[in-house]
Amino acid sequence: MKTFYWLVKREFWEHRGGFLWAPVITGGVFLLLNLMAIVAAEVVGASHGIRFGASSELHQIISHMDAGDMSQVGTALDIAMYSSMALLTVVLGFVVFFYCLGAIYDERRDRSILFWKSLPLSDSSSVLSKVASATVVAPIITTLVGVAAGILQLVMLAVVLSFHGVNVWQLLLLSHPLRVTANLIGYIPLYLLWALPSVGWLLLCSAWARTKPFLWAVALPVATGLLVTWFGIMGLFNLSAGWFWQNIVARGLFSAFPGAGVAWNADRLTVSTDGHSPNLDFLNLGQTYQMLGSINLWIGVLVGAGLIVTAIWFRRWRDEA
Amino acid sequence: MSAIITARNLSKRYKNAVALDSVNFQIESGRIVGLIGPNGAGKTTALKAILGLTSFEGELNVLGFDPRTQRDKLMEQVCFIADVAVLPRWIRVREAVDFVANVHPRFDRAKCEAFLARTKLTPNQRVRQMSKGMIVQLHLALVMAIDARLLVLDEPTLGLDILYRKQFYQSLLEDYFDENKTIIVTTHQVEEIEHILTDLMFIRDGKVVLDTDMEAVGDRFAEVMVNPDNAAAARALQPLDERQIFGKSIFLFDGADRATLQTLGEIRRPSVSDLFVATMKGTYA
Repeated sequence: MKTFYWLVKREFWEHRGGFLWAPVITGGVFLLLNLMAIVAAEVVGASHGIRFGASSELHQIISHMDAGDMSQVGTALDIAMYSSMALLTVVLGFVVFFYCLGAIYDERRDRSILFWKSLPLSDSSSVLSKVASATVVAPIITTLVGVAAGILQLVMLAVVLSFHGVNVWQLLLLSHPLRVTANLIGYIPLYLLWALPSVGWLLLCSAWARTKPFLWAVALPVATGLLVTWFGIMGLFNLSAGWFWQNIVARGLFSAFPGAGVAWNADRLTVSTDGHSPNLDFLNLGQTYQMLGSINLWIGVLVGAGLIVTAIWFRRWRDEA
Repeated sequence: MSAIITARNLSKRYKNAVALDSVNFQIESGRIVGLIGPNGAGKTTALKAILGLTSFEGELNVLGFDPRTQRDKLMEQVCFIADVAVLPRWIRVREAVDFVANVHPRFDRAKCEAFLARTKLTPNQRVRQMSKGMIVQLHLALVMAIDARLLVLDEPTLGLDILYRKQFYQSLLEDYFDENKTIIVTTHQVEEIEHILTDLMFIRDGKVVLDTDMEAVGDRFAEVMVNPDNAAAARALQPLDERQIFGKSIFLFDGADRATLQTLGEIRRPSVSDLFVATMKGTYA
């Protein structure tokens, strides 16, 4: 266990840029864009003589809100916090994709694999530490950065509004940063399961390819997809070529992008409506965990596990003469 | 003395070449073995087999383990420096020491830090900022702090200047080697390790052509400097090799009678490199 912890730590040392700085910088850019939007709004507002605060309409609106409205404000604020995650998850997807693709290939290329192999580290724990780094460590860091950016964004808005004499601080208390964080962190195990076939496939290419793992990882499924389409092979199984593209090619390559699982299972995830207002809290764990009922998910887990075992085998026996 | 490594009919075939051809050998504990052969003779393949880095046919026992199936256990007691510059380029000195200290049960951190204190390496320095010689110093500091029973060195000083090379072998001898440890080393710079070896193994075209300890080398082989008038008599004794120097001939004999040789000229113990050249004659022809 201690060894595994240090193996993961080693991955973090090596990939600090992707795991830590990429989300931090993205979060910073997100906040900067927000700030620029606010400044732009201020400038436009000032030049047209619009002054929110003085009209005190917002004040009135706030003081006349009832409990239902309040809960909607809370939800809106939560969604604002999630919005900071949107950009970050795209970045995380790319980071995980390229991390997996290079994780074993790079150490073979610069021959540092010979150093790691000179230590009493099994190939399985080495490869599994890479899986854990990609599917647990990287998402947790991104989530924490995302929540921090979300909270800063709300604070930024509140500060700007208070300059205009509108006090929205008590409204901020209506948001649920802890729940948002819990929902996002709680989603990570699902992400892990859903991403497994992609992570496995990319690691396998990384362990196997003599050169250009990216080309192999992408070209192989795409070329197979083209052949399948041209020759109508899927017709043999009463399935369309589209099925192959969706369930083999896209599932294999893009499952490591967070949210891919949610998009896939959109039809299962019924957005519950509690009477009058639709519940926009679609990332509620009660919702997302309905994915566990999806056969697609579990087939992916099995295939992913098989691919990872194969990657371990290649790391053990691939002989660069 | 107990055998650390036993190989029986060890073979390894690549697609279009035989790297090891039914090799048999045994290496005892507490020895420093020089595995010497021309390029492509199978040295690296033999070491890879011992380290469980490649598949092979035949039997191979290293410290009681089969390197193919019990590699994870084996590596607790075996260490190797495969080449210069296999340390990951991103790692810092501090990180490397931390990592090895926490994953290797036989690592002595204080010892490692004592070695590092004698170098110019600083804790925050990254491998990519180091010269080749400094990388080897770091690698050696890590390896020497590991109490391994077998240390395998494959061209450990390739591309280093002579100061680093001397220091490397000196550290190994003075601070690392003892009767419980065994070192196997391959190198092309034979002259430099000649005096530290206890055993010598020549390998050529996948076969072990000479396997002896250094004392036996002096008993078995002899180099004689012969005047031209005795040259014909010397040639009649079927020398391994003959070369000319200052109008005299130097003959290398394997197992010839000492008394007879004495009558021909002055007897010397041949250097390993001369022995090597004579043994490997015609390798690239």
